[in-house]
Amino acid sequence: MQAFVKVRGIAVPLAASNIDTDVIMPKQFLKGIDRSGLDRGLFYHLRFDEQGSPRPGFILNQAEWRDAAFLIAGPNFGCGSSREHAVWGLMQYGIRCIIAQSFAGIFFDNCARNGLLAIELGEEEVRRLLDLVSSPADNVLTIDLNNETICGRGLEIDFEIDPIRKDSLLKGLDAVGQTLEFRDEIRTFERNYLRENPWLEQK
Amino acid sequence: MHRARTLYDKLVDRHTVRKLDEHAQQVLLYVDRTVLNEYTSPQAFTALRIAERPVWRPAAALGVVDHVNPTVVGRIAIPEDAAKQTSYFAENCRDFGIEIFDMKHAMQGIEHVVMPEIGLVLPGMVIAAGDSHTTTYGAFGALGFGIGTSDIEHYLATQTLIYKRLGSMRVTLDGDLPPGVRSKDVVMALIESIGASGATGYAIEFQGGGIRALSIEARMTLCNMAVECGARGALIAPDEKVMTYLSKTVRAPRDELWRLASERWLSLQSDCDAIFDREVILAAKEIAPMVTWGTSPDQAVKITECVPDPRMQADPVRRHAIERALAYMDLRPGQPVNTIQIQAAFIGSCTNSRIEDLRDAARVLDGRHIASGVRAIVVPGSMSVRRQAEAEGLDRIFTSAGFEWRQSGCSMCLAMNDDVLARAERCASSTNRNFEDRQGAGGRTHLMSPAMVAASAVAGRLADVRQLVGER
Repeated sequence: MQAFVKVRGIAVPLAASNIDTDVIMPKQFLKGIDRSGLDRGLFYHLRFDEQGSPRPGFILNQAEWRDAAFLIAGPNFGCGSSREHAVWGLMQYGIRCIIAQSFAGIFFDNCARNGLLAIELGEEEVRRLLDLVSSPADNVLTIDLNNETICGRGLEIDFEIDPIRKDSLLKGLDAVGQTLEFRDEIRTFERNYLRENPWLEQK
Repeated sequence: MHRARTLYDKLVDRHTVRKLDEHAQQVLLYVDRTVLNEYTSPQAFTALRIAERPVWRPAAALGVVDHVNPTVVGRIAIPEDAAKQTSYFAENCRDFGIEIFDMKHAMQGIEHVVMPEIGLVLPGMVIAAGDSHTTTYGAFGALGFGIGTSDIEHYLATQTLIYKRLGSMRVTLDGDLPPGVRSKDVVMALIESIGASGATGYAIEFQGGGIRALSIEARMTLCNMAVECGARGALIAPDEKVMTYLSKTVRAPRDELWRLASERWLSLQSDCDAIFDREVILAAKEIAPMVTWGTSPDQAVKITECVPDPRMQADPVRRHAIERALAYMDLRPGQPVNTIQIQAAFIGSCTNSRIEDLRDAARVLDGRHIASGVRAIVVPGSMSVRRQAEAEGLDRIFTSAGFEWRQSGCSMCLAMNDDVLARAERCASSTNRNFEDRQGAGGRTHLMSPAMVAASAVAGRLADVRQLVGER
């Protein structure tokens, strides 16, 4: 997993609420057995028209935001389907951090498992960030995970993140490898648990 | 000292292998079982192969092909990309020792229909799976929730997940539902009332006389769609109805194990003095058949109401959301929803494709025919449901009414196979998501119960099922 420590980059505002994972990564891009090619699928119907040409009105197609590393989004970002392809696509496009008032639970966990920093902020703070980065001259932010700060022109916002998530993001840890350190503990738990619930042993 | 606990607390406590922080807000959670599908699992298996890690407990997983398979009867050829997914899925299940119901298997169906109907969902279990509608299993008093592919890999390799405890929300349904109102309407009314993120960060427990009165299948519909208001777990304490349902399934425990298990299961409930972080109370008598008008499941009204007017909405973000939805859906503010014309009708999905759903729709369609200009398909939730429906003659009612009678799969719920809406085509749908482009690029979805889909197909417009049939 890619580590996140301190990143400076362009932030793109996408203020709509309830941007779902069908919008982030439409079904026609879910047909692979690997993770490749998902940058093209990101926000596909918003970015491209029926002929596959870029829609000039969509903000990620505009020169000032095209190379965005951060996304400032409306509430309940990533709702709907569990498809992790949405997170893979965002990262392949170059998005390293998403800031929103709230995230859907599965999407939030998928971000953490892939090193995509998801920051929850209050409504007022998200609005300040949306206003700031809507101006091309002010759309560069620096996000420092270690110090839990977001800095832009004339603005510094503190954020909170739970320590376990922070640690694994900072170090880019492999969660499976970490958990397997507890292998013996899991075995012991399982043995006792199945003895007490013997009907779970059978298929 | 006795600390009153909710059912949710009890399930999480019982499955905690170790605390990951001081207050046990994050825990290593033991997971009893999973179901895998062909489109969210391949990258998880690839990761296991690369790291040369075995599956911890292969017998606690079942593979089911459901998302990409065609549902047209007799159609076997599938596109190259779908074939690659199904063959890699078969290879993974074989190599890692996991049972699979492939496209041609007699027990194939939608994962969340198959798992309960064969008795693999048992009260008190924790079941995590790579599909958001895993919440369905709460109907049995099992904690089900959706996970992404990385967590599928984590589950397969360790039988556990790194889990953050949720808040608890009690939704009480007071009283009995009026005639013609179904559990789909209850959950749609709940989502409309608390919003698409109203239960984000929570596990819901449904309680009340109205819930007790529901069949197990109706409870599954309720728990299934709880994820559409953000809940990552929806529980109903198991009762005798659950025992009766399970006793008829092929893989539930038998004999002495059954006696032992069922006694334990019936004791699974929240302590009566347990405190929930949030309370929502719904009066059953105020709920009516619901339909969505927008592109988020919370954009819904009663069938007797009108499309909202964005100018009445003071909050600019909400106003903009309504305007955007109306533009996509091509609807006028103030338009009565029962005047909205449809060109397609779909009965299916893990929300509403079980035998009771098909019976309910067939009752409406019996002796009637769909309106001209409407194409209608019914996709049973599993091949077992399909066989049962045929044994009851429901297939003939559907086909006489002008519906196509299909094989099982997720089908047009998310249109990953060839069942797709055309651009601007408008569909009455018994599914769970009305997102933009969900059922096909530019397609327009109105969510409702299967009986309401049937009534709308007959009328050629969104219609109130209560006006079509003398309702029980």
